[in-house]
Amino acid sequence: MTAVANPPTERPGAARGRGSAPVALWARRGSAPVVLALVLVAGTAVFGGRFASALNLGNIALDSSYLLLIAIGMTFVILSGGIDLSVGSLLALSGVLTAYASRWGTPAAILVPLGVCALFGLANGVLVGRARIAPFIVTLAGLLFARGLAFAVSKEGNQVYIIPAELALTRVGQARFLGVGAPVWFALAVFAVALVVLNRSRFGQAVFAIGGSEEAAELMGLPVARVKTLVYVLSAVLTGLAGVLVAAQTQSGLPTIGEGRELEAIAAVVIGGTLLSGGAGSLSGTLAGVLLLKVIQNLINQVGTLTAYYQQVVSGAFLIVVVLVQSRLSRRGLR
Amino acid sequence: MTLQAVRPRDTTKLPQRIQAAGVYIAIAALLVFNLAFTPHFATVTNLRLQLVQVVPVAIVAVGMALVIATEGIDLSVGSTMALAAALIPLYIGYGVWPAIVVALAAGLAMGLASGWLVAFAGMQPIIATLGLLVAGRGLALVLADGRLVELFDPTLGALGNSAVLGVPVSVLIVIGVAVVAGVAMRRTAFGRRVLAIGGNRSAATLAGLPVKRTLVTVYAVSGLLAAVAGVLSTARQGASDPSFVGLLIELSAITAVVVGGTPLSGGRVRIVGTLMGALLMQLITATIIQHNLPDSTARMVQAAIIVAAVYVQRGRSAA
Amino acid sequence: MTTAAVRVRAVSKRFAGVRALDGVSLDLYPGEAHALVGENGAGKSTLIKLITGVHHPDEGQVCYLDEPVLFAGPREAQAAGISTIYQEVNLVPMRSVAGNLFLGREPTNRLGLISFRRMNRQAREVLRRYGITADVRRPLGELGLGVQQMIAVARALSTDARVVIMDEPTSSLEPREVDRLVEVIELLRRQRIAVLYVTHKLDEVFRVCQRVTVLRDGRVVHSGPVAETTRLRLVATMLGRDVADVREHGATSFSEQHQAAAGELVLRAEALTRRPLLDGVSVDVHAGEVVGLAGLLGSGRTETAKAVFGADPVDSGSVRVGAEARASAGAKPARRRWSPAAAIRRGIGMVPEDRGSEGVIGELSVRDNIVLAALPRLTRAGFLSDRRQDALVDTFVKRLRIKASSPDQKVRELSGGNQQKVLLARMLCLYPKVLILDEPTRGIDVGAKAEIQALIDELAAQGLGVLLISSELEEVVEGSDRVLVLRDGAVVGTLRGTEISEDRIMQAIAAGGEERP
Repeated sequence: MTAVANPPTERPGAARGRGSAPVALWARRGSAPVVLALVLVAGTAVFGGRFASALNLGNIALDSSYLLLIAIGMTFVILSGGIDLSVGSLLALSGVLTAYASRWGTPAAILVPLGVCALFGLANGVLVGRARIAPFIVTLAGLLFARGLAFAVSKEGNQVYIIPAELALTRVGQARFLGVGAPVWFALAVFAVALVVLNRSRFGQAVFAIGGSEEAAELMGLPVARVKTLVYVLSAVLTGLAGVLVAAQTQSGLPTIGEGRELEAIAAVVIGGTLLSGGAGSLSGTLAGVLLLKVIQNLINQVGTLTAYYQQVVSGAFLIVVVLVQSRLSRRGLR
Repeated sequence: MTLQAVRPRDTTKLPQRIQAAGVYIAIAALLVFNLAFTPHFATVTNLRLQLVQVVPVAIVAVGMALVIATEGIDLSVGSTMALAAALIPLYIGYGVWPAIVVALAAGLAMGLASGWLVAFAGMQPIIATLGLLVAGRGLALVLADGRLVELFDPTLGALGNSAVLGVPVSVLIVIGVAVVAGVAMRRTAFGRRVLAIGGNRSAATLAGLPVKRTLVTVYAVSGLLAAVAGVLSTARQGASDPSFVGLLIELSAITAVVVGGTPLSGGRVRIVGTLMGALLMQLITATIIQHNLPDSTARMVQAAIIVAAVYVQRGRSAA
Repeated sequence: MTTAAVRVRAVSKRFAGVRALDGVSLDLYPGEAHALVGENGAGKSTLIKLITGVHHPDEGQVCYLDEPVLFAGPREAQAAGISTIYQEVNLVPMRSVAGNLFLGREPTNRLGLISFRRMNRQAREVLRRYGITADVRRPLGELGLGVQQMIAVARALSTDARVVIMDEPTSSLEPREVDRLVEVIELLRRQRIAVLYVTHKLDEVFRVCQRVTVLRDGRVVHSGPVAETTRLRLVATMLGRDVADVREHGATSFSEQHQAAAGELVLRAEALTRRPLLDGVSVDVHAGEVVGLAGLLGSGRTETAKAVFGADPVDSGSVRVGAEARASAGAKPARRRWSPAAAIRRGIGMVPEDRGSEGVIGELSVRDNIVLAALPRLTRAGFLSDRRQDALVDTFVKRLRIKASSPDQKVRELSGGNQQKVLLARMLCLYPKVLILDEPTRGIDVGAKAEIQALIDELAAQGLGVLLISSELEEVVEGSDRVLVLRDGAVVGTLRGTEISEDRIMQAIAAGGEERP
């Protein structure tokens, strides 16, 4: 309420105003692909054919495709200044619903989970965008709710719904094209569309602007609440799509999958150079981040003595280190 | 300009009172409901069971309440529990107490790490503790190789399952923790600093308070208490189960704190309210389960309650 | 004259019973730059908020293009053609210049996709029109604040604004950037756009504007052509003083007798520099001396206080307290981290300007707020001693006559004056050597004001060194033993003893543009 005080002492605009540090910028935006390339080379050098085989690389691609779908949605959410913790549970819910609805044929097996996920995202979005509840609270509750729903649908996990092998969904989901699994092609297609939407549409520009400065975006007349609602819908629907593809791949829907996926997705996005505070980042960075994470996980698996649990340790530590480095670099860049 | 006086007169008092009392009203209502409609509810065994089951959440929630009072959040508590649980079988060869000390030290270390990231590295509490949530659980699973280890140590068993004058030891520990936390918040300079930082961080800095040190301490306490909860859970189950112990407990703890009347915006804290919040969530789960509704329903109800509680609180602070 | 673009008719606005605006009228014509000046709390911001629909007037009305209007908010006002350029540039720093210019109405191609080529080309045209040279693809935040400010103006104009309100646009600009802005405003005037220029810099009033309206305490105290007034007159009306008739005795409660001989040196701050806000400010304070810092808003008063107290970082300069200040006349000061905690340990106390956001902790009780800084002295093994706490609180509640229902009452429930006393008590219970008071009597009632003024006298008499900042001239004049006059972040005059008068201070503030009327 005290309006015109003395010129405030902390002025982000002013701090950013003077001189940028291209090196810092490069380190933030362009480092993931470079590190990825280095890791790939190192992996090949150490494990040779075992790592660089078509089979293994194909597995990495397949494994990455689900995460990429989730991470694309997460990129929009984080760019808008939010966070979506519900994606892991939503992945499970979508998978269970796919399997459950597969009894009614392929269209139902796709539309039911996507529809439910869209509603779920809408609920998240309305609570964040209109009711203005902190995104992490909303989506943390969403995490719990979706997991509960997934278990409820699968009779507390006692009932595993099987997707018939002859269903079109199964055949398409498990198809391979040019030696690469269908989910990879789906993910790449979504990625291409998302690239255009983020970079070439007014919606995409609005996402950036809201994450950069919600107040300014509001004053410039952008429909802030609607855009914020939409990014959560987008995140939920893409996660739903990933769930459908996972279910088609495994021919079943398990309510237990996807735990910790939200973290992986966030880590991938952040590693890809998107600012956690929103407003700056890129989908290509996210792609590099996803691949980097998955390649490292794969390498950990290659080391016979390391269990899969190390992947979690690495993911968590990676997230913290990247955010730390990011904030250090941007702080220095802004000085 | 001018308008220091804009701040509205204290109209929030009544709703605040109602919200604070809301926990007690809800608990009373649930008790009455259960006494009337739930068979075998009013037995000593059942009531004791309810109390024992609420122990981990209650302890974690007390630490969470302190963190939230500084306007922070600690999502890593569940993983800290798992880490503590995973360490016990590794060190129980040296005796129960050394093993427990190691477990508690690990919790303290987790707390110090998140505290450092928040206070000194300036990371958002959500992200710092989210990272530790993943890494911590992973570390716990690495240490235990993902396995459940059964423990047959009598001392540990006693810690989990024995009672003094009919009151389970773990419940006594909760009471002890709450009393210490309550006294610390009310009677010590530390408590005053915590509330001052959560209430108005720049004012606290300008009053010369050691803001960063206090923040680190608060997260360290939260980590330590999470480790205590992990040890007690392990003791009660007679097994170290790093895959599942403390899973999603951060959510229950946050709910307990918020339902208990501590605002997420910091500056105020209610220790007893937090315990009651934890008890309420436990009673809701118990009611659902004892009426043969599945666990998944309990989760969904809990999710709805946390959103509702935060929404109500937010509406109040915005008013 | 032509019809007014904005006509404000006798608007009044109260906030929680406090009158912020009282029957204010103002006409803003197309093609004029109209200066709105006044000290803090004069009502400038409230007036802007009434025009742009953030608040609605209790009485009176706002007309836009001869139609009475009641905008729902700045967005609606902007859509109608009233754009506001805030002190804080309200654009998105991480987006490109072009992106900011066209956000929400980006040019699209046949597929509905944004055409960056066209957008950039159009952006370049816009910039060229306003003589701005900047790469339109660069993130806005990488540009200087002046350019950012200009781009905000350009955006406002490309949305067909007829009225542009600029809220202290130059407060963080370099001189060169100010020149640029002045040119742009000229351009606006030629396009028959009405500019309401809120400022506290006299230079700019004379340089940029044709008419000026002065607000003081929510009322218009002067309105007329700039050409018909002088700097000194403006300063006098802003500060509510009459040039010809500066009263001998003010309305303050300071005693007229000040000891001429102050005690030993207790504080020496040297060459405090923090660009662009502070430029080599040095202050000495002796025991028992009240040193006043005078100057208009933004002259570096608060910045000096915060630098001395370690609350804001400085580029260079040193602060020494007590024996250290006396010992090392020219010696190099030890490099150490200077922070409020360190300042307090060494015996400096500060009551900040912004009571609400930097001072009181509303949710805590009066007692807790008072003892906050003294906690280390009141604890034994970490536990608070009730007895010592209560004794201390009791002493200061009585001494400062803090009116609270009990020490347990929450501070946010107290009046402004009592909150201020709580903050004073918080610092006084540390028994500091130097006390910095930034606007200690702003926004508080007359009684509390008198009490605080008397207290300052009393404290100085007991040997405390006081650094007093006030935008009320009479307070500085009557309360200080020595006055430093600040302008543009530098000390431009020192007055002592009988030299201290409102006239002299105003002259010092107004000087520096002698070539102008």
